[in-house]
Amino acid sequence: MSWPWRERGYELVVGLEVHAELRTRTKLFCGCANAFGAAPNTNVCPVCLGLPGSLPVLNARAVEIAIDVGAALGARVQSSQFHRKNYFYPDVPKNYQISQYDVPICAGGAVVLESGRTIRIERAHLEEDTGKLVHVGGGGRIDSAASTFIDYNRAGVPLLEIVSAPDLRDPDEVRAYVSELRAVLVAVGATDGRMEEGSLRVDANVSVRPYGSSELRTRVELKNLNSLRSLHRAIVAEAMRHVALYEAGEAPVQQTRHWDEERGSTAALRDKEEAEDYRYFPEPDLAPLAIDPAALEAARARVQPLLPSTRRARLGDAAVSTDVRDTAISDVLWPYTRAALDAGLPPTLIARRVANEVAQLVGTVGSCEPERVVAVLRLEAEGALVPQQVRELLREVWLRPAPVESLIAAVGGDRSAAQETAAAIAERLVEEYPTEWQRFVDGDTKVAGFLVGQLVRRAAGSVPGQLARATLDALRASELSSREDGPPRGGDG
Amino acid sequence: MTPEALLELGVREVAEGVRSRTLRAREVLEAYVAQLEIEEPDVHSFLALDVDGARARADELDRRVSRGEDPGPLCGVPVAVKDNIVTRGFATTAGSRILEGWRPPYDATVVERLLGAGAVLVGKTNLDEFAMGSSTEHSAFGPTRNPHDLDRVPGGSSGGSAAAVAARFVAAALGSDTGGSIRQPAALCGVVGVKPTYGSVSRYGLIAFASSLDQIGPLAATVEDAAVLLEVVSGHDPRDATSATRPALAVCATLDDGVRGLRVGVVRDLVAMATPEVASAVDEAARELERRGAHVREVAVPEVRAALAAYYVIAPAEASSNLARFDGVRYGLRVGAPTTEALMVATRSQGFGEEVKRRIMLGTYALSAGYRSALYVQAQRVRTWLGRGFARAWAEADVLLAPTSPSSAFRLGERSHDPVAMYRSDVCTVPSNLVGEPAVSVPWGFDRERLPIGVQVLAPAWQEARMLAVAAALEQGAPR
Repeated sequence: MSWPWRERGYELVVGLEVHAELRTRTKLFCGCANAFGAAPNTNVCPVCLGLPGSLPVLNARAVEIAIDVGAALGARVQSSQFHRKNYFYPDVPKNYQISQYDVPICAGGAVVLESGRTIRIERAHLEEDTGKLVHVGGGGRIDSAASTFIDYNRAGVPLLEIVSAPDLRDPDEVRAYVSELRAVLVAVGATDGRMEEGSLRVDANVSVRPYGSSELRTRVELKNLNSLRSLHRAIVAEAMRHVALYEAGEAPVQQTRHWDEERGSTAALRDKEEAEDYRYFPEPDLAPLAIDPAALEAARARVQPLLPSTRRARLGDAAVSTDVRDTAISDVLWPYTRAALDAGLPPTLIARRVANEVAQLVGTVGSCEPERVVAVLRLEAEGALVPQQVRELLREVWLRPAPVESLIAAVGGDRSAAQETAAAIAERLVEEYPTEWQRFVDGDTKVAGFLVGQLVRRAAGSVPGQLARATLDALRASELSSREDGPPRGGDG
Repeated sequence: MTPEALLELGVREVAEGVRSRTLRAREVLEAYVAQLEIEEPDVHSFLALDVDGARARADELDRRVSRGEDPGPLCGVPVAVKDNIVTRGFATTAGSRILEGWRPPYDATVVERLLGAGAVLVGKTNLDEFAMGSSTEHSAFGPTRNPHDLDRVPGGSSGGSAAAVAARFVAAALGSDTGGSIRQPAALCGVVGVKPTYGSVSRYGLIAFASSLDQIGPLAATVEDAAVLLEVVSGHDPRDATSATRPALAVCATLDDGVRGLRVGVVRDLVAMATPEVASAVDEAARELERRGAHVREVAVPEVRAALAAYYVIAPAEASSNLARFDGVRYGLRVGAPTTEALMVATRSQGFGEEVKRRIMLGTYALSAGYRSALYVQAQRVRTWLGRGFARAWAEADVLLAPTSPSSAFRLGERSHDPVAMYRSDVCTVPSNLVGEPAVSVPWGFDRERLPIGVQVLAPAWQEARMLAVAAALEQGAPR
């Protein structure tokens, strides 16, 4: 792929800060519900409102999740410390955010893209989310709005901020990285990963440099990237802004810029650039956080089978597209895929059926025991059902609680009925095509296809190909044995 | 029993009397209220009083007792709480304009525990704004005066609590101690004040000044009264992550154990900082312990000389962050302005007093890029070094003896325009906060002007029982 900066001799350098809202029952430092969509300021208490006298108490589940993510990313999970990040803003109830600074819970690690490229992770740290400002009237910004409402429901929701190294080199790679990281986070149960609800938020640090150079030039942090599409567009726009500046003999300023989706461009957040001094210091209300080595080992063992890379590997050399494969290993479908793999069924068949039929059923009508799906797929693998019957039977086992065997008849997949039909048709074929039949009996395999095709077509979908072939083979075997039982043809006496 | 006799009763005697129905909670309360109504206008120890609420509460306790219930070890004991400790639905200001009118929606853990033990809350006591000061003159609502001499300060920042106990407005009170704010006013008002081990009493509901130093503790007329309160309010609280996972302190049973065989170290480096009268009081107290069988010797802890400087970096640094939330956006004072930033600036400019602003600026500076390592980080190193100094002292001594305040009560206005002179009032008390260890101030007679003097007993972490047994011995031997 050729990118416009590349044509002008530049290379793109991107690092991402991904904020994942952790899927805990309660907030990071209090017992309020961690839930999206409640009426404003209903999931609040003295602690998450930062009322005078209140104190934070760390949510143990959030720590477990951070450890799981660290294990999944191959990070060094270490004893860490919370710090206060001091800055005044009305969505920050205490006017400081409890975050982690020089000793994050996870250091290092990597995400390996399907392309094989390794994107290094610098760190992942726990912090509390801020409240949400809703600007009404005026310019939609805090100092131009007619009024601003503050909803503190989100204040104190646990976030894991995952910071990548500046290893990403083009916008497609950025997208691949976010998708893969998201898949990892969802797979280990860390987050629901919904960008549109803000449970996964991405800030991008963007710079460009002369192609072939290894320097890191002034970077700009892009915010308000609410979808993968915004992320992609914003990076392209910002990269070209840098190229234009360098070509004009100027240079970008290190700053934070806001992506404007409608105008398709970025704008500086403040007119005047001030260097923020967050005056970090260790949070005296929380003890340093120790990591139990045994818990870390357990986490490693627990997350390994959940990882997208592990699941992909289990599908082995299934002959399906990347899309089909990724669908089949997605969280909701993985139980079906895994059960079928455990049953030893062929990966290609599993991936296709799960990514198509099962995916459709999961999306519309609840769930079904994976064992029932496996039973259907086994029938298909054994050749007992034609594809149309498989599709119908999957729907039947999904909608009706009856045992799978009792549902087979409903799709015309009753094995004895099909066998009878096949046998009857085979008898007729022997009469109608005596020459072809004789050649088949004499071992001419080329004619077998013709006879199987005739049988399947005449059965109008009620006899699968494998059964047709089996029926013809059986008939041939009985004819051969009856010949042997007859008068000797001499030659061996 | 006469009102005068009721005011002489200890906390345990009041509670036992009410629980056994030989006393009524209401009658005890009225004795204190009578005293309060006469002298409080001069002393001004309270920022908010709820005498009607206290009467209703006392009546309810009497009814519960008559129904056969046992409200607990503080049954019917009139108490006051420093106004930086939140009380549900009861105005809490921390002595600041910026919180005027705020009614907390919750009770501090210590308040829950006091009420759960049957105490009668009479009111909220005055303090230096956000507990920053050593005279209670920095209260936004006017100073408290020392009951022993109304021209003198009661000390601070828990000056309201100390004065209220000294004047017998209440039987006992809670204060908070960040650098001496319980012990120094206790010394200046002639009462007992305990700063317990960091983590022994929950800070949940204490409006934070310096979180790593703040600790709530009792002020009371006697060591035993203080001990009873300490047992009630201490013990693990899951809402405070710095609260130790230990049961409540057990200190009452061993108060009479005496000091025989104990090794008592006199901290010469702190005695040297006191006036001659205070220094000789410490020496007399040491001789009294020796007379009672303790082994007294001098102990060198030269590190304490750096404690005040470290304290005045660390405490303002934490305060600058803790006080950031007072911005006019959510509660308390709001001074309107065209932009959010201007609103915050105007609210904070008008809402905070001079001393609070001074400390916010000191602390902001100490944490700023470029100064952080020379100031904040260096002060933390001093803190660690001080801890090693005390560890060395504990190898030689079971308790340490020192002055509480370098001088007796000073006059109102005497130090209020010299911040550094005011900060020096804390020189003998800040070391215990920096190392998180307990200390108690116990009255030891009076100076020539009949002003109380306090001596301080320091102990290793979690040795409150030993510390208070020594304090009880001093109390028995103290000159009257």
